[in-house]
Amino acid sequence: MHTTFPGLLLRHAAERPNAPAMREKEYGIWQVHSWAQMASLVERVACGLAQSGLTAGQHMVVIGANRPRLYATMLAAQSLGAIPIPLYQDAVGAECVFPINNADVCFAMVEDQEQVDKLLEIRPQCPQLGTIVFDDPRGLRNYSEPGLMSMDALMERGEAHAKANPGFFAAAVEKVLPDDVAAMFFTSGTTGNPKGVVHSHRTLLDRAGAGAKFDKLTHDEEVLAYMPLAWIGQNIFSYAQWLSCGYVVNCPESAATVNIDLKEIGPTYYFAPPRVFEGLLTAVMIRMEDAGAIKRHMFRIGMDLAKRVGPALMDGEPVGALDRLLYKLGNFMVYGPLRNSLGFNRVRVAYTAGEAIGPDLFTFYRSIGINLKQLYGSTETAVFVCLQPDNQARADTVGIPIEGVEIKVAENGEILVKSAGLLKGYYKNPTATAEVLTADGWYHTSDAGFLDASGHLKIIDRVKDVGRIKGGANDGAMFAPKYVENKLKFFPHIKEVVAYGDGRDRVCVMVNIDFDAVGNWAERRNLPYAGYTDLAQKPEVYQLVQECIEKVNADLANDVLLAGSQVSRFLVLHKELDADDGELTRTNKVRRGFIAEKYQPLVDALYGGKTSQYIETAVKFEDGRSGSVSATLAIGDTKTFAPVKAAA
Amino acid sequence: MNAVTEPWTMTNNATVETPPPQDRRHFGDVILDVANISLRFGGVNALTDISFSVREHEIRAIIGPNGAGKSSMLNCINGVYAPQDGKITFRGQTFSHMNSHQVAQMGVGRTFQNLALFKGMSVLDNIMSGRNLKIKSNLFWQALRIGPAEREEIAHREVVERIIDFLEIQAYRKTPVGQLPYGLQKRVDLGRALAMEPQVLLLDEPMAGMNVEEKQDMCRFVLDVNDEFGTTVVLIEHDMGVVMDISDRVVVLDYGKKIGDGTPEEVRNNPDVIRAYLGTSH
Repeated sequence: MHTTFPGLLLRHAAERPNAPAMREKEYGIWQVHSWAQMASLVERVACGLAQSGLTAGQHMVVIGANRPRLYATMLAAQSLGAIPIPLYQDAVGAECVFPINNADVCFAMVEDQEQVDKLLEIRPQCPQLGTIVFDDPRGLRNYSEPGLMSMDALMERGEAHAKANPGFFAAAVEKVLPDDVAAMFFTSGTTGNPKGVVHSHRTLLDRAGAGAKFDKLTHDEEVLAYMPLAWIGQNIFSYAQWLSCGYVVNCPESAATVNIDLKEIGPTYYFAPPRVFEGLLTAVMIRMEDAGAIKRHMFRIGMDLAKRVGPALMDGEPVGALDRLLYKLGNFMVYGPLRNSLGFNRVRVAYTAGEAIGPDLFTFYRSIGINLKQLYGSTETAVFVCLQPDNQARADTVGIPIEGVEIKVAENGEILVKSAGLLKGYYKNPTATAEVLTADGWYHTSDAGFLDASGHLKIIDRVKDVGRIKGGANDGAMFAPKYVENKLKFFPHIKEVVAYGDGRDRVCVMVNIDFDAVGNWAERRNLPYAGYTDLAQKPEVYQLVQECIEKVNADLANDVLLAGSQVSRFLVLHKELDADDGELTRTNKVRRGFIAEKYQPLVDALYGGKTSQYIETAVKFEDGRSGSVSATLAIGDTKTFAPVKAAA
Repeated sequence: MNAVTEPWTMTNNATVETPPPQDRRHFGDVILDVANISLRFGGVNALTDISFSVREHEIRAIIGPNGAGKSSMLNCINGVYAPQDGKITFRGQTFSHMNSHQVAQMGVGRTFQNLALFKGMSVLDNIMSGRNLKIKSNLFWQALRIGPAEREEIAHREVVERIIDFLEIQAYRKTPVGQLPYGLQKRVDLGRALAMEPQVLLLDEPMAGMNVEEKQDMCRFVLDVNDEFGTTVVLIEHDMGVVMDISDRVVVLDYGKKIGDGTPEEVRNNPDVIRAYLGTSH
């Protein structure tokens, strides 16, 4: 049994040399790389890297979109016992400095000119970064920086090296052991420097295998790889499980064509964070609103029925014969075509993870016959901890612990995990490692939650974020910011929310509207606006947001634990929170503390009882230029509800 | 070969000594030489005694205020207008006027200020139309699409796909051009010009009406075309920042006369140019 990534590659290449391993759409055609071609590609790259001086134990960064040649590079590095570190391709240069220096990276494999420029820009701060290899030579012809090399040149070198030393590659792969470090992932880090999470071949493959077994994945699955490789989720789905199951990974033509490619490929196994599902649904809804009256009517009737019986059908619960028949008709007229236009016609298993998913959103996909489920896991646990079985998918839980996982809840509500897929540690950071990985083998997730009666795990919030209201009417009540934020974010008009309340007398929120959804909403009401900032400050938009918050308040009033977390004041931010401005992490999670500091006047105004506040904010545009946005923000009050006592 | 020993000889008052560009690329010989061109529409002198040259692989900009005669100049090179006086030498062959079909066959492609695209056709078909000159099989075989015609179409499609990839418009391959935003239409227009694999590319205000980001993209495409394919580029542009950034040499026209010629730096400091653009106080 091979338990290393390169070992698995060679096994697939030997067993099914002509079966497709990867497809990449290029020049309008899906170009196939068979397992044998993949192995030969990896051999050439590995030999080239060895020739250039990459040795076992060294780190190498890989930056770029999902491209077969970058996947091959990760395999090549691993074949030599070196450790690939995928980094986010949209990270700015400064963000790459820490990982590169932290891991003493001397080698980089990047996709194109954009990434080369980025690395050259930070090279003065990372003097050890000697070799930068690029895949796409476009625009790089006249670069003469030392150590810059095209991947083709590298492979040529590799071929010569392989000819001179036959058997070198096979011997190198043989030397790689399952417990060797396989890859390192830098966690986005909501505070302080990112931490390098070290995983071995064994930890990644153990979890990849367990996940595959849970969902009975075979080598016939089709997967579309479009999320950044630096995200462990994509890495597990399109790399670890790719090699462990031997299915086909498809690389889209470009980021802009993902939806088209999704439709062309029709994946059978799909994985995306909630925001992708949300984006797809928003697109459908907007298009439906623009559709003709007959289609709109048909869609509405179909969706009403689907909402009623769809989830029950998915879960295998009894459904009346008439409903069953009507659903079949609906499937023919509405759900089938809809699934097809979303590209989900062949999806057997779809997962969402990374963030909580709204119940409406979740139910929508399940009701039209897409087997969407939730999972729980993190970079440190190599993803798979809890998964939902096929017929037990619910919006508010994240599933049951799967094979090889032990879970217990600590006294402070923190979830502890034990499995064979836990990280080896944080790189060069024993203090941080000791904090999360205790001597008895439990990994501390820092998520607060509990196992419900049916054995499903339910997550409330981060342990450190769960706070208490201090003073005021709800003194001492529990406050879970994320819980409140997520409830609000489930409204299509609200994109991001930041909630404050810990140690304060009431809960206040700052809201980001969803520009597409609210823009469309405004257009339908003939409400003119000049841009994001203008739209955000419209009294009508405030009214809209206020209604959303009041619905959430009414809902929270029913919750015994969190009735005190009702929102009493809010404002709509004048700019979209952005990872480039440090307000979100690269995985789009709000950095509450940072935002509170940055928008201090706004927080003060919320709690100080002001009705408006002027604010000016520096912003960084995508091309690296800076500017500023300023506005006078109104602050709205919302109705709160008396807690409804649970009928005992 | 028409020996042009000193391509920077001035015919007008603004004589500037131009050293060879100390640039990143190696320029070849003069590929296009325009000598003493005059163009009149009735009593209007659109161009008066204009001379300049374009060297292989360079990016040559033509600038000037509105109505200076920039587009007319391009139209003369392109064979759309026949100048009354003067000669145009293209790769050693001298013409007193060119015919546009012939010009295209000789390897001069162009884009248009007002986007002469087929709005109802897809991006793919629009760019494919740029291959028209290269397609050998006749209408009959193409309609049947069998044998050699099919093979030929595949070969041409490949070229077109490379252009689509190059211009990063894969997501719009099948979209009718009329539905695309203006900036993308400009890109398709460039794509169609590239499809004929031109040696000289004439760009008529490629950045007009674009926002900053679109301009940056377009600049990169122009530089990349020049760099990757070695295509000589002659462009008309209003945006001074763009011109100064990407062109190797600049010709300045004003009221149909040449008032400056040289590197961007020289043109920027040329008093006549400053006067034409900013006006003077008396």
